[in-house]
Amino acid sequence: MSVAIEVAGVTKRYGSLTALDNVSFKVENGEMFGLIGPDGAGKSTLYKILATLTAPDAGSATVCGLDTVKDYSKLRTLIGYMPEKFSLYQDLSVSENLHFFASLFGVSIKDNYDIIAPVFSQLERFPNRKAGALSGGMKQKLALSCALIHRPEILLLDEPTTGVDAVSRSEFWDMLSTLREKRITILVSTSYMDEATRCERIALINKGKILCINTPEGLVAGLDENLYNAVSAHMFELLTRLRELPEVEDCYTFGATLHVVGTKDFNPETVKRKLSEEGLKDVEIFLAKGDIEDLFIKLTRGER
Amino acid sequence: MSIFQSLVKKEALHIVRDTRTMVITLLMPIVLLLLFGFAISTEVNDVMVVAVVDQHTDETRDIIQRLNVNDYITFKGLIAPEDADRLLRSGLAEAVVYLKNEDGKVKSQIVVDASNTNTAQTATAYIRGIISGNAAKSPVITNTLYNPQLKSAYNFVPGILGMIFILICAIITSVSIVREKETGTMNLLLVSPVKPQTIILGKLIPYFLLSCIILTVMLLMAYTVLGLPVSASVVTVVEVSLLYIVLSLSIGLLVSTIVDTQLTALIVSAVMFMLPVIMLSGMIFPIDNMPVILQWISNIIPARWYIEAMRKLMVQQLDFSYVMKEIVILASMTVVLLVLAVGKFKSSTR
Repeated sequence: MSVAIEVAGVTKRYGSLTALDNVSFKVENGEMFGLIGPDGAGKSTLYKILATLTAPDAGSATVCGLDTVKDYSKLRTLIGYMPEKFSLYQDLSVSENLHFFASLFGVSIKDNYDIIAPVFSQLERFPNRKAGALSGGMKQKLALSCALIHRPEILLLDEPTTGVDAVSRSEFWDMLSTLREKRITILVSTSYMDEATRCERIALINKGKILCINTPEGLVAGLDENLYNAVSAHMFELLTRLRELPEVEDCYTFGATLHVVGTKDFNPETVKRKLSEEGLKDVEIFLAKGDIEDLFIKLTRGER
Repeated sequence: MSIFQSLVKKEALHIVRDTRTMVITLLMPIVLLLLFGFAISTEVNDVMVVAVVDQHTDETRDIIQRLNVNDYITFKGLIAPEDADRLLRSGLAEAVVYLKNEDGKVKSQIVVDASNTNTAQTATAYIRGIISGNAAKSPVITNTLYNPQLKSAYNFVPGILGMIFILICAIITSVSIVREKETGTMNLLLVSPVKPQTIILGKLIPYFLLSCIILTVMLLMAYTVLGLPVSASVVTVVEVSLLYIVLSLSIGLLVSTIVDTQLTALIVSAVMFMLPVIMLSGMIFPIDNMPVILQWISNIIPARWYIEAMRKLMVQQLDFSYVMKEIVILASMTVVLLVLAVGKFKSSTR
């Protein structure tokens, strides 16, 4: 079995809202696959379908070769699901939470300790602390331990790093990498574009549709073409002026600078001269390195 | 430990660690029972009565004598007719008895302060009884069965039981299930291989046990502190109460499958179940006095039947066969609610 997750033409509607629109993709066994998209893109709905919590209106989803609708009971022992919100019992202690989830799956912590060890080792020091009193990063590690305790083949992580500080986020991704070495397939979603590069392959998703699927390198390849940074002391004026120029395809704020997508005719020197004639004398334009955020903006341009 | 045991243990930990729930569930029944049993009473005592007599005869003296010795009445004395109005207004008297001699017969009139209708009615009845006394040709002998002292505690114990179990089973259980939905832990339970039935039983059993503890405490208090008569009907009291607890749990489960937040669960349970129990079950206001429509509505309120059965069993000390009707009604309500709740729960999980 080389395909761990196969989603084929899945559509899910909530009343008049289409949360997922004919979504199809495949995740290889042992792969770390990222679902990248803004809030409301349909990521959580997709997770609920894969976790057997809801059925798609059309299409089918197969996990470990088992259909999420027909074989849901067999499938439930094979997946480890970590929902978007921190979903553990806040009034139970660290060890009570872990014991509870172990017993739900009928496994013993001792037998499966090796799998959670890299994640859980930091929590071992305070087994009696209430889960509600843990820091964001610690909560997330506990949640991951509870999702892993039954040795799942597939790990479904829905925005695991939301609301977690930068250091813990980076640590978390390191832990996911060690889990991959244990041949666990990981489907992880995030709205942080910078985390996307930690995945082997990523799918960009927006408004219930998959925009594209590729490796992080593959996705950003070719993006650097005609992509420039622009800075000035008067950023807003610069933005409006640049957008009026015929040789500028798109211009948007990007961190402290503006990213300018030029047409073939874009020449930094000409543009600088034009702007300086209009009174913006301190403009600097230099080449930029495109990343997934630029790609996302490019792909959703038509909808804005 | 089996899955079921760990579900129950987890739920027990939730209950024990939530101080507010503990206080509400354990302290409130006791406080309510003592409050209604001793402090709040609908008995009318110490009615302040004055009398206006135009001419003393043996008969009037006799009546005054009887007013004087009656336990429920505090006789304040004879007054001049012009003072009557002032005393009533100032609240120094609650009733004025006018005794007038006409052609050798005593005619009487009772003027009563009816700002509190309950006191007014009862006081009038007392005084009327005292005045007619032995004057009537065929005296009426009243024999108050079951509760000869007319203790209001007897009346309230069934009502409080009816209310408490709705509170614990319906409100607290539904809030606890909805909390799992709200925090997302319900999803984690559902993606585990544990069957939905097991999850639900694991949630209901601890509250069932808690209710049993409370039932024991309340019955012990009712039979000792409040002095309800102990009889063979105690066994049936427990059986019917257990049935009512199961029924309340089904209400809690049904509410939890319909609503999505703890707050709505609380409001829905309180408005749809708690208020009707207090207002329409006959706990405080007699059902016979209600408008016909409300009497119909009271038929679908489980607490009404439970309270009726409890009165028969605890106060009248009748046996099982007299509460068959109530048991059948409560049992059918339980079945309907359980079927609805389990059906709704299953459809919401798949």
